[in-house]
Amino acid sequence: MLHVSRRRLLGGAAALALGRPAFAQGAPLKVGLMLPFSGTYAALGENVAAAFELYLQERGGRLGGRTVTLVRLDDESDPAKAPQNVNRLLERDQVEVLVGTVHSGVVMALVQAARERNVLLIIPNAGNDAATRELCAPSIFRTSFTNWQPAYGMGKVLAAKGVKKAVWVTWDYAAGKESGEGFGDGLRAGGGELTQVLTLPFPETNFQPILAQLPGLGVEAVGSFFAGGSAVQFVKDYAASGLKEKLPLCGSGFLTEGVLKAQGAAAEGLQTALHYGDGLDNPKNIVFRAAFQQKTGRAADVYAVHGYDACQLLAIGLDASKGDARAIKPMAAAMEAAKIDSPRGAFSLSPSHNPVQTIYLREARGGENRVIGIAAEALADPGTGCKMG
Amino acid sequence: MRLAELLAEILNGLQYGLLLFLISSGLTLIFGVMRVINLAHGSLFMIGAYVAYVIAGATGSLWLALPAALLGGALFGAVLERGLFRRFREREHLDQVLLTFALILLFEEARAALLDNQFHSVAVPAALDFSVPVVGDFAYSAYRIAVLGICLFVAALMFMFVERTRLGSAIRAAAENPEMVDLLGIDARRLHTLVFAGGTALAMLAGALAAPLQSVYPGMGDGYLIISFVVVVIGGLGSIAGAFWAALLIGLIDTLGKAYVPQAAGSAVYLLMACVLLWRPSGLFARA
Repeated sequence: MLHVSRRRLLGGAAALALGRPAFAQGAPLKVGLMLPFSGTYAALGENVAAAFELYLQERGGRLGGRTVTLVRLDDESDPAKAPQNVNRLLERDQVEVLVGTVHSGVVMALVQAARERNVLLIIPNAGNDAATRELCAPSIFRTSFTNWQPAYGMGKVLAAKGVKKAVWVTWDYAAGKESGEGFGDGLRAGGGELTQVLTLPFPETNFQPILAQLPGLGVEAVGSFFAGGSAVQFVKDYAASGLKEKLPLCGSGFLTEGVLKAQGAAAEGLQTALHYGDGLDNPKNIVFRAAFQQKTGRAADVYAVHGYDACQLLAIGLDASKGDARAIKPMAAAMEAAKIDSPRGAFSLSPSHNPVQTIYLREARGGENRVIGIAAEALADPGTGCKMG
Repeated sequence: MRLAELLAEILNGLQYGLLLFLISSGLTLIFGVMRVINLAHGSLFMIGAYVAYVIAGATGSLWLALPAALLGGALFGAVLERGLFRRFREREHLDQVLLTFALILLFEEARAALLDNQFHSVAVPAALDFSVPVVGDFAYSAYRIAVLGICLFVAALMFMFVERTRLGSAIRAAAENPEMVDLLGIDARRLHTLVFAGGTALAMLAGALAAPLQSVYPGMGDGYLIISFVVVVIGGLGSIAGAFWAALLIGLIDTLGKAYVPQAAGSAVYLLMACVLLWRPSGLFARA
């Protein structure tokens, strides 16, 4: 009780005088990286974290004048453990900034904590619309996408090609449904129509009952959202059912992201839309890919880009508040005004704190998702229901 | 609803049902003869799928994986019966259920330790990597047709064995009335080993066959375990013929349900099971 050092006492007094929570200029800033480091999404979490570190290294390990310490926590993509994990970071580890995560169920616990405690949260992947719509907050930012965005781009491209009727095939869960809404909005914007959404329970992989229905639906194209290993199975089953030539398959970029090798010939020629792709030759991307490869020995992907940009955005905020991670107002003002020099191409944030970004049209060719055009320029999520403040 | 589409869905349902039969026939026999509710049966299916993934990955051929899963499964099942289940024979049902539950956890941990927690796809054998148009615009991969054929062949062999051989009739007798086996002077211990080995081999074969059709991932057997229990309950505990018809029925209901009434698809088969339990508690195909 009496072991309060003189320095701490003075620091406390100074903080009181300024009317702000204490933060010692010299003390390292703790940033909590809550990501999946095991399980289905482990590879995604590792790439987000590695690229986050990469930018931190480029800045000499300091942001806003303070040395940054990263506290990693494996969230196991388990929504049931999420509230407890968030608490561990905030209470036990005393982190001042939260960065996470991949799984859209787990991210809800982070969103809740950021809203309740007014802690800065940067979401480097999870795309559930709500985080930057009805649950938006001055302290919540995202450097990835909403599920709505890439699918909207895909729908728009199809409609521009003259497709009048299309269906969406996906799992019966948030990301699948939200991307279906984006696809429908994109189609409608170009005069097309989404006639039906076909779903199966998550994470089932018996696609046969759905595939057999497709020829009879009277549509000209099929869009879909699946990711990871299941996307491999779906694309292969689609090709095996002989539908690929008659009824073109397309989708959100995740359908072919990181799984092209496993999909092999079944994916060849498949078009998808995403805010990143292979063959983007802007100088920032070229430098970033080389640096990431050198640091990790792996090729960079869209997840690495999200992580890198999360750290870039944090740096902008902390520079503006001179390292005070509790000063949400000046940080948010700077981040809202910023143009982030991303490997995907520069982007800024929408009023609801989600990237306003170009969605590229990509085609799977020889194991790469080559960018072949632009699906939607400077696309902002509608941010429906977001009331800041 | 077009006719071609309906035919395609019926084919899908039959294929799914036949695969279900391979899994649930072992489950029903193990219950019938040994009176053990084997919760680890779904894990055996998963192990079969991982055997296919590892062997097909290492040798490039799924054809080697199928006999490996079948023979390896028989051996593994025999070891499990001799080493574990035999010791639990005189114990209460609860102890036996706990044993099989422990096996689920052990198998899952072993899988995570030996391999990883990722989702893996398994390549279809190169010789069967083409599609055949079946109905209208809908094609079936040659491998899927081969799985249909293999399942039918195995089912026929099982009927021959159970209906026509001495050992088969001993198994039938044991399934209907376990005490009778001792009266008939049949070595019950040997019978148990045989049944458990056979059930394990069938579950692992089913897993290996299913690997290229639905990929390989942690906990992939859980869903199959539950649906197999539904098959066993509907078909009548211990009845091979019952399991066969119930598996086809479930396969068709589930597939057609998913296609035409997706809102109810998740619950349709369980509703059917509840009705069977109410009106024919011993199963639709059980001899009264």
